[in-house]
Amino acid sequence: MMDKMIFGRYVPAESVIHRMDPRSKLVLIFLFVCIVFLANNLLTYGLLTVYTFFMIALSKVPIRFIYTGLKPVLLLVIFTLFLHLFLTKEGEVLFRFGWITIYEEGLRQGIFISLRFFLLILMTSLLTLTTTPIEITDGLESLLNPLNKVKFPVHELALMMSISLRFIPTLMQETDKIMKAQTARGADFTSGPLKERVKAIIPLLIPLFVSSFKRAEELAVAMESRGYRGGEGRTKYRQLSWGLKDTAMFAMLAALSLVLILLRT
Amino acid sequence: MTEPLVELKNVSFKYDAEAAYALDNISFNIFKGEWLAIVGHNGSGKSTLAKLLNGLHFPLEGSITVGGISLSEETVWETRKKIGMVFQNPDNQFVGTTVRDDVAFGLENHGIERNDMVQRVTESLEKVKMSSFLNQEPHHLSGGQKQRVAIAGVIALRPDIIILDESTSMLDPRGREEVLETVRELKRDYHMTVISITHDLEEASKADRIVVMNKGELYREGTPEEIFQMDEELVKLGLDIPFPVKLSKILREKGLPLSRHYLSEEELVEELWTSHSKM
Repeated sequence: MMDKMIFGRYVPAESVIHRMDPRSKLVLIFLFVCIVFLANNLLTYGLLTVYTFFMIALSKVPIRFIYTGLKPVLLLVIFTLFLHLFLTKEGEVLFRFGWITIYEEGLRQGIFISLRFFLLILMTSLLTLTTTPIEITDGLESLLNPLNKVKFPVHELALMMSISLRFIPTLMQETDKIMKAQTARGADFTSGPLKERVKAIIPLLIPLFVSSFKRAEELAVAMESRGYRGGEGRTKYRQLSWGLKDTAMFAMLAALSLVLILLRT
Repeated sequence: MTEPLVELKNVSFKYDAEAAYALDNISFNIFKGEWLAIVGHNGSGKSTLAKLLNGLHFPLEGSITVGGISLSEETVWETRKKIGMVFQNPDNQFVGTTVRDDVAFGLENHGIERNDMVQRVTESLEKVKMSSFLNQEPHHLSGGQKQRVAIAGVIALRPDIIILDESTSMLDPRGREEVLETVRELKRDYHMTVISITHDLEEASKADRIVVMNKGELYREGTPEEIFQMDEELVKLGLDIPFPVKLSKILREKGLPLSRHYLSEEELVEELWTSHSKM
């Protein structure tokens, strides 16, 4: 069950990308999402593609993992391509077959927009592939810290995230256990019409809910007895460190943006 | 063992909705460096007692003093530093995403400086023999291992007292022995005071002193030998007498001249296999 989880997709490896500060990765991804929209011709799109694949190569994540992560969205990319191909009616006619007419502009836009989509997905999945969820949480907490001034509960949010992450596998194991227990009592989760199957989930969800509330209560007591009293005066065990590689990555992205601005038409 | 570390004086407590008192006029002392077992049937008030000691509830009447500080809402964070608690369910007290994060959680709460923190995390995990699991996630650990991590989290804070609230009841025999052995070592090395709340008299038999609770009242207080003299009375309270004690009693009834009640299997075996040569 864990293999299919999006959070379980972290691929451990020793690479520059893995060792980067999660904060810089988060900010860089955000900036990348912005500069992708700068590209509007063959050269600029080519540059972006080269940059993306260079990053993937740096991360040392096997292509296999990237491919399995992409599979579900690939369909959407192809769908985008066809949508533009058939619905854009500008430029010269390239191809005509029965009621299907393909225009030059349609082909151009179809390829560019689906490529843009594809690159965005690649880069964002590179983030989750090279950063553990807890690092992402730490990074977010640190980046959102200024919001503390406007009374936004940054620490609480980060704690909630890390506790949820901690409990995902525990609850999965529990679901599995309850499922087996209910199957032993004659419940059927796999066959029958959809309505029946949805109904069969109820005896699975209720025990899970009840036990989650019990867990939450016990956890709260345990946390309190270990001296937890909110974010104030707390020190942090996990520390983030900004390194030379982070600065270098930023410089690289800045250079890329500059080139994109110069080359776009 | 002269100065009382924890003093309970006429403590009474009841939960809001209930008419009956969960704890009724309890008074006893806990001494520095001892292993005290609090035993009782479900609903005897032993877990409520643990919650009171840790300031999760406050007594309606009477007073609790921990290390000279009277326990109240103002002093509760002060006394919590002196008392570490290990709870029953290994999963529901594991806060961190990895072993080292979990041990660090309590230290973070107390604002310990990072360098000190790193050192204490390593030390405590070494103490409970979990050093090789530093980056392990909780769902890859056994129940006994999780409880040892919980103990590491407690001792990292250097408390005077460690309370085991049914900490071994969800573990298999091996996990139970691991945890108890760890606590025994800690008690020896750090001169800690251990309060173990349990319904397992086998576990209690290794304590220095036992307090028996029944229906919110303190039923009896004494050394394990004294408590096991109660025999049938214990069964009536819903407690199960450990096997060696039961066996030695039956043997004596059959006319075998055993010198005393035996609390552990080893002692009994020792007496039995040497008894013939003595006769």
